[in-house]
Amino acid sequence: MLRDQDRIFTNLYGIHDWRLKGAQSRGDWDDTKALLAKGRDAIIEEVKTSGLRGRGGAGFGTGMKWSFMPKTEGARPHYLVINADEGEPGTCKDREIMRFDPHKLVEGALLAAFAIGAHASYIYIRGEFVREAEHLQVAIDEAYAAGLIGKNACGSGWDFDLYVHRGAGAYICGEESALIESLEGKKGQPRLKPPFPAGVGLYGCPTTVNNVESIAVVPAILRRSGAWFAGLGRAKNSGTKLFCISGHVNKPCNVEEEMGISFRELIDKHCGGIRGGWDNLMGVIPGGSSTPVLTREVIENCPMDFDGLREAGSGLGTAAVIVMDKSTDIVRAITRLSRFYKHESCGQCTPCREGTGWMWRMMERMDKGCATIEEIDLLQQVTKQVEGHTICALGDAAAWPIQGLIRNFRPEIEKKIRARNSSAA
Amino acid sequence: MSTEHDMTSFAFTPENLETAKKIIAKYPAGRQQSAVMPLLDLAQRQVGWTSLAVIEYIAEMLEMAPIRVQEVVTFYTMYNQQPVGQYHVQVCTNICCLLRGSDGVGETARETLGVQWGETTADGKFTLVEVECLGACVNAPMMQINDDYYEDLTPESTKAVLEALKRGETPAPGPQGGRQFSAPEGGPTTLLGDLTFGPEKA
Repeated sequence: MLRDQDRIFTNLYGIHDWRLKGAQSRGDWDDTKALLAKGRDAIIEEVKTSGLRGRGGAGFGTGMKWSFMPKTEGARPHYLVINADEGEPGTCKDREIMRFDPHKLVEGALLAAFAIGAHASYIYIRGEFVREAEHLQVAIDEAYAAGLIGKNACGSGWDFDLYVHRGAGAYICGEESALIESLEGKKGQPRLKPPFPAGVGLYGCPTTVNNVESIAVVPAILRRSGAWFAGLGRAKNSGTKLFCISGHVNKPCNVEEEMGISFRELIDKHCGGIRGGWDNLMGVIPGGSSTPVLTREVIENCPMDFDGLREAGSGLGTAAVIVMDKSTDIVRAITRLSRFYKHESCGQCTPCREGTGWMWRMMERMDKGCATIEEIDLLQQVTKQVEGHTICALGDAAAWPIQGLIRNFRPEIEKKIRARNSSAA
Repeated sequence: MSTEHDMTSFAFTPENLETAKKIIAKYPAGRQQSAVMPLLDLAQRQVGWTSLAVIEYIAEMLEMAPIRVQEVVTFYTMYNQQPVGQYHVQVCTNICCLLRGSDGVGETARETLGVQWGETTADGKFTLVEVECLGACVNAPMMQINDDYYEDLTPESTKAVLEALKRGETPAPGPQGGRQFSAPEGGPTTLLGDLTFGPEKA
C-alpha cells in the first residue's frame, strides 16, 4: 500500500482547511519561485522523467504533450486549458481536488503554463459543480492577493492569469476540441484533427489541454523530483492515482493509491471488500463507463494501470471503478449506459448520432428479452459500424460497453431472450 | 428567482450588468462570444430560465446572431428553456446511482412531490427531472437541488430532504448518511497521520 508520505492529495476528504493557509501548511506554494527558476525546459524534462501520463483517460504523456507547444511565443499567445468537465459516469476525483485541494490545481496551473509559455489559462469546470467552482474561485482570488499568480507571479517575473469558466451540462465538452469550441462560446462539437490544439487551439492559438489531476500533481513532481514519481507504480505506468470506487463494494470511496495496485488489494484495503464476498462478484467496469466490463477471473489480480487493464481487454480510463455483484441486472446496467451515450452524442457525425440511437433501442429490446438470439450478432455488427467512424471517441465509447457485455456476458442476454420467448410461447 | 417575468423583454439588473462586464473582461478583446455561457447562466439566475428575450438581449450584448445564442441554449442541458420550480430537483439515474438504488430515490421523489419526471408541482415550488451522471459516483445515489448535491440517499433520506424543503427549511447538503464526504464509511483508510509535514525532498 502507498505510504501516506507519498500521497499527494492530503486533503482528499476535506478534513482540513482547503484555503491558502491550510494549503501552505500542507506544503503547497512552498518556494514556487525556485521551481519556476528551473526554467521551461528543465520543468518539461522533469515531468517527462516522472512518466506522468494524462489522468483524463487517454493516458498520453504529459511532458511529451507540453513539448509539442512552440518553443517561443509568436504573434499568437499560448494558452493552457484545464479540463475540469468531469462527467464520465463513475468518475468523481477532480471534484475532490477542486473543492478540497484547489491550491494544488492553481499552483500546478502556474507551473504548467510557464512550462508551455502561456500567460493565461482557463479552467473549464462542468456547470453542475457550482460549489466546486466557488472554492476554486476563492483559491484563485487568494493566490492573486498573495502575489502567487497575476503580474510577476511568485516574484518570478512571469505574468500569469487564471480564470474559471463554467460549462452548462454537456458530456462531450470533456473531449478537448469540443471543450475549446465551448470555451469560444459555441456548441460543444469536436473538431477534426489535425490540426492539434498545440498548433491551432483556443482562438486559433497554440493550446495545451490537460486534466485537473494531471496538473495538480505537477507541483509535487517538481518538488520531490520526477524520479520519485517514476519510482511509484510500474514502468510506463508510474505515480499515484486517484481511484473512484463505486457500485457494489461495502464502502464506496475515493482513494489515492499507487498505480498498478491489484484490483483485489484496492477493494479489500479501502472498500471493505465486495458486497456479499468475493464469490458474489459479477463484473467490473474498471475505468469509467466507456471502458469494457470485465469478469472476476480477469480483473481480480489485474494491476490497475494503463497497460495492465489494456492487456486485460479494457482500460484504466479515469480510474473510475464500477463494481457489480451478482444481484446486478447487467443487461439493464449497460442499457442505461447506451441511453446515456445517445443523450450525449453531439449530433455532428452520422454514425454516432444515428448509431447511438440504434444501439440504445436494440439494448432496450435485449433488456426486455424482446429480441431473437441472432440479433445479438446484429447488435455487435452495429457497434462495429459506429466504432472508429467518427471524429471523436464518443462513438467508440458508446460501442465498447456493449461489446464488453456481448464478449463477457452474452449468456445473460440470451437468458433474458429465452425467458421472454418461453413465457410468450 | 422569479418564474413569471415578462417574456417579451429582458435586461440585467444593474448589479448583474456589472457582473456581466467583469465576465466579459475575462476573455481577450474581440472574443466576447466566450462569455455567452456564463451570461446565460447569470440571466437564468435572475429570471429562472432562458427565454427568447434573454437570448436576444445577450446576443446584442455580445454582438452575436441570436441563432448562435439559441444554439448554445438548446445544446446544453442546464439552460431551462421553460420556467422551472423554485426547487429544481435533478435525480441522477446513471449506472453508479442505478447500482446503489436510484430507482427507490426516483420513486420516492415522485411520490413525495406528487409529480412525474419532467413535471412541476401545482404550487410551482418543485420541478422534478431525471438527469445524467452528476459526478458524485462514490456517494451514489444522489440528486442535485438547485446548486447543492444531496448524496448517499435512501428512500427515507430523499423524503426527509424534500419534506424539509416543503416546510421552507434548508436541509444540509452532502452525504446524508453522515460520512466524511467521499471517504469510506466509518472513516478513512489513509491519511491517518499528521499531514502538516513539508514536502519530502528526494
